[in-house]
Amino acid sequence: MTEMRRVTAICNGTAIDHIPSGHALQVLKMLRLDVGRSNPISMVMNAPSGKMGRKDVLKIEDRELNQEELDRLALIAPKASVAIIRNYHVAEKRTIELGSELINIVRCSFSNCITKNSREPLPHKLKIISAEPMEIRCSYCGKNQDINEIVDFII
Amino acid sequence: MGDLITMDDLTNEEILQVLDNARRLLPVAKGEAYLPLLQGKVLGNLFFENSTRTRMSFETAMKRLGGEVLNLSSIGSSVAKGETLYDTMQMVDGYADIAVIRHPNQGAAQYSADAVEIPVLNGGDGAGNHPTQTMLDLFTIREAHGSLKDLNVMMVGDLRYGRTTHSLSHALVRFGAKITLVSPDSLRMPEEIVSDLKKHGGDINETEEMSSAIDSADVIYMTRIQKERFPDEDEYIKVAGIYKLTKDDLSGAKAEMIVMHPLPRVNELHASVDSTRHARYFQQAFNGVPTRMALLCRSLGVKIPKKVKK
Repeated sequence: MTEMRRVTAICNGTAIDHIPSGHALQVLKMLRLDVGRSNPISMVMNAPSGKMGRKDVLKIEDRELNQEELDRLALIAPKASVAIIRNYHVAEKRTIELGSELINIVRCSFSNCITKNSREPLPHKLKIISAEPMEIRCSYCGKNQDINEIVDFII
Repeated sequence: MGDLITMDDLTNEEILQVLDNARRLLPVAKGEAYLPLLQGKVLGNLFFENSTRTRMSFETAMKRLGGEVLNLSSIGSSVAKGETLYDTMQMVDGYADIAVIRHPNQGAAQYSADAVEIPVLNGGDGAGNHPTQTMLDLFTIREAHGSLKDLNVMMVGDLRYGRTTHSLSHALVRFGAKITLVSPDSLRMPEEIVSDLKKHGGDINETEEMSSAIDSADVIYMTRIQKERFPDEDEYIKVAGIYKLTKDDLSGAKAEMIVMHPLPRVNELHASVDSTRHARYFQQAFNGVPTRMALLCRSLGVKIPKKVKK
């Protein structure tokens, strides 16, 4: 855990460890923490990791991420470990789960999909076809989504 | 439950059951018998994109079974005023007992099905699926070969945007077909479909060259290179007219081989093929009537009698 000490321990909040190296910014975007939030966030990128070689770490102060928010991470950091910190101690460990469908998390990237009309009111739905390798398909048009670009289509 | 959006909505057993029912309904489809199984029912025929065969054969199918048809096209309706598909579907939910939808946007049929209570049949969504076409294609193939099992099927032309081949190939691999996909590189079958076909155990061969596979084929399924689906006209011009099947190409073909085409055709299928024993495309277009009758009955939960008297 030495690499966790690259940033100070937080009093309360959420620590996300074992994010694939270079993906911390995407995780912030996916959690919608990249804009308009006042919580302090510490980030470590490309830290050495016994398990992963290199990894990213995020510490978000004064904010306990809920399960629905964390499950979004399954798309880019399915093996991340999440700890809820209270009074400098790990109060809870949470796992990220990739469900069978992503509802209103990401929109389909296909230009001719019916969901491209922003006035259509039904939820955006993407189906998880397989977790490894990650294969995700729009539940309406059936088009496979490019995992590397999926962060650009977060709702 | 009665929706038909992709071929995944039907098991192999259900497919065969629908085809059996379609055969029973042949006299009704030809107007030789009257069987008002759908009397009092209303079909919403929703065509947001051009259609000749799908629209007309659904209308005939409904009327021959004693039902009524409401037609809606995007021109002359509130769709032209910018109404969402969701709102349009809410209206149809109130006015009709079942709906057929054709739409230029992929996914529109599933979206419609999610939006309403009544059963929705996909009459073609963008370059997505066209399962009722597949059912009539399967009907045509089974009538010609007696079975759907282990056939050697060649699909030629626009496999990228051609939704009929997407749905048909899905269905055929489930019956053990060997499929040869013939297209120019730019119009190859989408990767996710080929990967699905292989996952289902499909024996799939992709090539750009048509002639070598003709002699071993049981079915040659020609498709039109669809100008309207190309984002760029230059790309269309590069591949338009690349395949042309003529009578002479069929000299070494198996006697029982059939040539199919979802129509309309342009240059890819020469009129000289019409007079050969292989031509089956006009019959195929007619087969839309009994097949769609059977599908309408299935979706509306109406049983078809074992024997239909002429």
